[in-house]
Amino acid sequence: MKNISDNTKRTVQREIKRRTVISFSVFFLCVACGIFLFARLYNEPTSADNVQPTLRKALKVNEKIFSLFYSKARQAKAFKKSDAVATVRVNGGAGMDGILDTATWRLKVARAPGDTLTLTLDDIKALPKTEVVFDFKCVEGWSQVTYWGGVRFSDFMKKYNLVTQSSMKYVGMITPDAEYYVGNDMPSMMQPQTLLCYEMNGKPIPQNQGYPLRLIIPVKYGIKHLKRIGVMYFSNDKPADYWAERGYDYYSGL
Amino acid sequence: MKRIVKKHPLAIRWFHWINFPVLTIMIWSGLLIYWANDVYRLGWGDKTLLKFFPQSFYDALHIPFHLSTGMAFHFFFMWLFFFNGFLYVLYTIFSGEWRFLAPNRHSFKEAWQVVLHDLHIRKTAPPQSKYNAAQRIAYTSIVVMGFGSIITGLAIYKPIQLNWLCAICGGYEAARIEHFILTLGYVLFFLVHVIQVILAGWNNFQAMVTGFETEKIEEEKSTAPEIIETPGT
Repeated sequence: MKNISDNTKRTVQREIKRRTVISFSVFFLCVACGIFLFARLYNEPTSADNVQPTLRKALKVNEKIFSLFYSKARQAKAFKKSDAVATVRVNGGAGMDGILDTATWRLKVARAPGDTLTLTLDDIKALPKTEVVFDFKCVEGWSQVTYWGGVRFSDFMKKYNLVTQSSMKYVGMITPDAEYYVGNDMPSMMQPQTLLCYEMNGKPIPQNQGYPLRLIIPVKYGIKHLKRIGVMYFSNDKPADYWAERGYDYYSGL
Repeated sequence: MKRIVKKHPLAIRWFHWINFPVLTIMIWSGLLIYWANDVYRLGWGDKTLLKFFPQSFYDALHIPFHLSTGMAFHFFFMWLFFFNGFLYVLYTIFSGEWRFLAPNRHSFKEAWQVVLHDLHIRKTAPPQSKYNAAQRIAYTSIVVMGFGSIITGLAIYKPIQLNWLCAICGGYEAARIEHFILTLGYVLFFLVHVIQVILAGWNNFQAMVTGFETEKIEEEKSTAPEIIETPGT
């Protein structure tokens, strides 16, 4: 009787030891694998566009998933004009060197290679005006209710009969000095709150907010609202994008 | 002699040990994002008791000027955090494990007794099964918090496409604050959890790796099964 009991005791002890060793071996192996995989991801060379290639792929997958659910009908919440702040935050100066003079400024719309439409500010202002009061959202995490006026991008496309262009996937925009540039997808550009904007708080937009003409595209973070538009063009490939090259999500859709 | 008492199913151990590093990465990348607009503080008027976060804290963790890195990691690991949590909830429901985890009608009264007992104010702890009443409430709250992080996170991530969700959260800025407070909640949970695990000792901790606890039994009771497949009472 005592022997059996001792045997059982030993068997149980052995079983405890066996299971413990196996479990902890697997555990530490998994910890090591996890650390290895994370270190590999973290240390991936980011030379091309300042983000790990695997994470860029993930951002593109997210873009695909969330563009499936995108609807032009969903608008940024509209606020009253009285809700808008008087002092609008200025957060970026790239492409904004010097004072811009509307006597020489022209909006260049590249309809196709070698076919450029050149417009003055008065040409733009001749189109029906639309006003938008919305919560402007910065990628940094702050937001401000701001009040803008200008021409709906979709109205502009219709007025200048840019039909083939509006069937393309992207719109690219560049500042006159080519220092800042963005690309936006066509569905977001054609959203009814997207403006070629020349007024802020009911007055011409100040120089540091993108005088004479800037983009307001409420369905995107502020990094996509290019100030001081010089050139506009259309493309099926993603146009170069200043902040995407610096590691941010190209889509940046809200 | 000893016997083996099964405690944590394999699936739960996986969910637990995947969640820990993934949530850590989510909090770290969240800090990289939060730094770019670090406006929250504890205080009133001009009086600030605690700024989120002091510069020394940022410097120690190399937080400043990594917003784009933070966003890239956050929007990749969010999928792991979500799926791991989602599968965990499904598992607990379909395996019946929820019975050990969900609070019942006695839990709120008993949880107080557990707290008093743990603080050495009360001599006896209320009877429990796998988890005591305080654990039931904590482990269920953490799941609800995870759900809250996903809801508030989506509201910040797609405030226009998911404008109804953003509205439920009380707006964009409210959603950001809620997302932040939930994260503070995880850190608080983590601290209490680790202290409790240390106090409970090795046998309890190793069960989260091996799945079983060892239990001393009397010699004359050795006819009892040495390996118990269901959790002890």
